[in-house]
Amino acid sequence: MDLSLSTRTVGDRTVVEVGGEIDVYTAPKLREQLVELVNDGNFHLVVDMEGVDFLDSTGLGVLVGGLKRVRAHEGSLRLVCNQERILKIFRITGLTKVFPIHTSVEEAVAATD
Amino acid sequence: MATVELRFSALPEHVRTARLVAAAVARRAGVDEAVLDEVRLAVGEACTRAVGLHQSGGVTAPVRVLLTEEEKQFSIEVGDEVPHAASHGVPGEDGAAVEEPEPEEDEMGLAVISGLVDDVEVSADEHGGVIRMSWPTASATVLP
Repeated sequence: MDLSLSTRTVGDRTVVEVGGEIDVYTAPKLREQLVELVNDGNFHLVVDMEGVDFLDSTGLGVLVGGLKRVRAHEGSLRLVCNQERILKIFRITGLTKVFPIHTSVEEAVAATD
Repeated sequence: MATVELRFSALPEHVRTARLVAAAVARRAGVDEAVLDEVRLAVGEACTRAVGLHQSGGVTAPVRVLLTEEEKQFSIEVGDEVPHAASHGVPGEDGAAVEEPEPEEDEMGLAVISGLVDDVEVSADEHGGVIRMSWPTASATVLP
């Protein structure tokens, strides 16, 4: 399965809906998308991971890179994820302390801090 | 001899194939369904790391994956053919131009593996590196 990406705007947030597998082969596509969004002036991102079937450290690296980019513009990057197998990877790597992780897009969009 | 042996060109697009094959053989070997996600992720991380090492080291040899069904466990070996300075400290430390890929990503991959797999061993010598991992199979665990 490949990676699918779609974006939409909700208020001042940009929601990136990710589906499929994020690995060493597909992660560059996600990186490009995040870089493009930030270059276009979208600094408050919500990455919806509910459709993600697989995530590895390459994918984590891309998300961390995205976070660094938005923070350079005083922006934010929030994740939406309820899948235990994906959350586990964030826990193992200690990234649950780095990313705000929400249970729904609505919650992430409404969050201020 | 390995139950299934896989060799693939060191390209990112083949890592998924290695994950699928490893998970299929692990399932057949009796690895618990709940653990298959971990097997898939761990073998993917190990292969990703090997691909990165081959690419940055200009090594044209394939990455090899050995999947072995044993009596009470299922083991996976992922080997690269990138020479590592054997027990002489950090590669490149002595000024030799040993190119390592994005050290942070490399470490994150290993961090994921060691966080996931209880039985894991990482070794490297002048011929290359090997990551060995194993999981118990159904025959070794008592089902409720």
